[in-house]
Amino acid sequence: MELHLLLLFMIFAAIVAIEVKDLLSSVIGVGAVGFALCLAFLILKAPDLAITQLVVEILCLIILIRATINKDLPLTIEGRWVFNTVSTLVFVAVFLFFAFLALKEMPVFGNPIMGVVKRYLEQGTAQTGAVNLVTAIILDFRAYDTLGEATVLFTSVIGIMAVLRRPGRKKIEEKSHD
Amino acid sequence: MIDNPKTGMSLIVKTITRLTVGLILLFGIYIVLHGHLSPGGGFAGGVIIALSLVHLILAFGRDAKVSKISMNLASNLESLGALMFLSVALLGFLGGSFFLNVFKKGAPFKLFSSGTIPFSNIAISLKVGVGLFAIFLALIILEGTKRKK
Repeated sequence: MELHLLLLFMIFAAIVAIEVKDLLSSVIGVGAVGFALCLAFLILKAPDLAITQLVVEILCLIILIRATINKDLPLTIEGRWVFNTVSTLVFVAVFLFFAFLALKEMPVFGNPIMGVVKRYLEQGTAQTGAVNLVTAIILDFRAYDTLGEATVLFTSVIGIMAVLRRPGRKKIEEKSHD
Repeated sequence: MIDNPKTGMSLIVKTITRLTVGLILLFGIYIVLHGHLSPGGGFAGGVIIALSLVHLILAFGRDAKVSKISMNLASNLESLGALMFLSVALLGFLGGSFFLNVFKKGAPFKLFSSGTIPFSNIAISLKVGVGLFAIFLALIILEGTKRKK
């Protein structure tokens, strides 16, 4: 019940974030979606995910607000509204069709049918010595996945530092002064 | 050194920040070190450590240089974290395969237990925390150079 209320609230906040004209209000709408997702994780008994979602959401909000404040970027949504509406409807229809096909095959919510999970839950602590089974899975049984995840983050940080680095920007400014 | 009233936020915010920033940093370190015992782990703890540094910069202003971590140091530390994680992974070859938990497991519910998992947690926290803080620093420096024009 609480989960459905939270999902409705998230959908409402996402629509507000898209439709509102002010950029700062839009960022706050996105933040509301993230914090509701954090509460949903808590209700589903996943405190690890809830903590991570909470702190990442705070950091993202700070960075987004620093990036959007003092800047009044008006969103231009005028013109070509027929094309925009039709393409949106087509994409929504395609997405719903494939989501229907995919979701038909999913197991019932909260019903674990995978045998691997049962083995992890029964023998995880004995085999790794870690009491927190989430950590036992992501850093022992599935550590290779975590390595890939860390590589993704490393690459994104390198990309951001390469785009925002100082010398390149100075060279461009000198060129424009010449 | 940092009591310049012209930069940063108001006196109230600065005082509260001075009182709480150490506690936030300690909480982040606690979350990292107890990752194999309680909810949390390297990723969440690293982001909390980054948030404590971001907190300092937000309260005291960009020019106060309170955190003493420059962009170069940040990128070096992040690479160190990535190399640490990779070396923990390569330690598994002592026992025969990639990412094998080679150390002694120890008793459950103890701080020093579960083999290589705490080391992986520390490496990931270093990588994630310093990496996200480096992104924040890069954006702040970008905004500063824009304002100077």
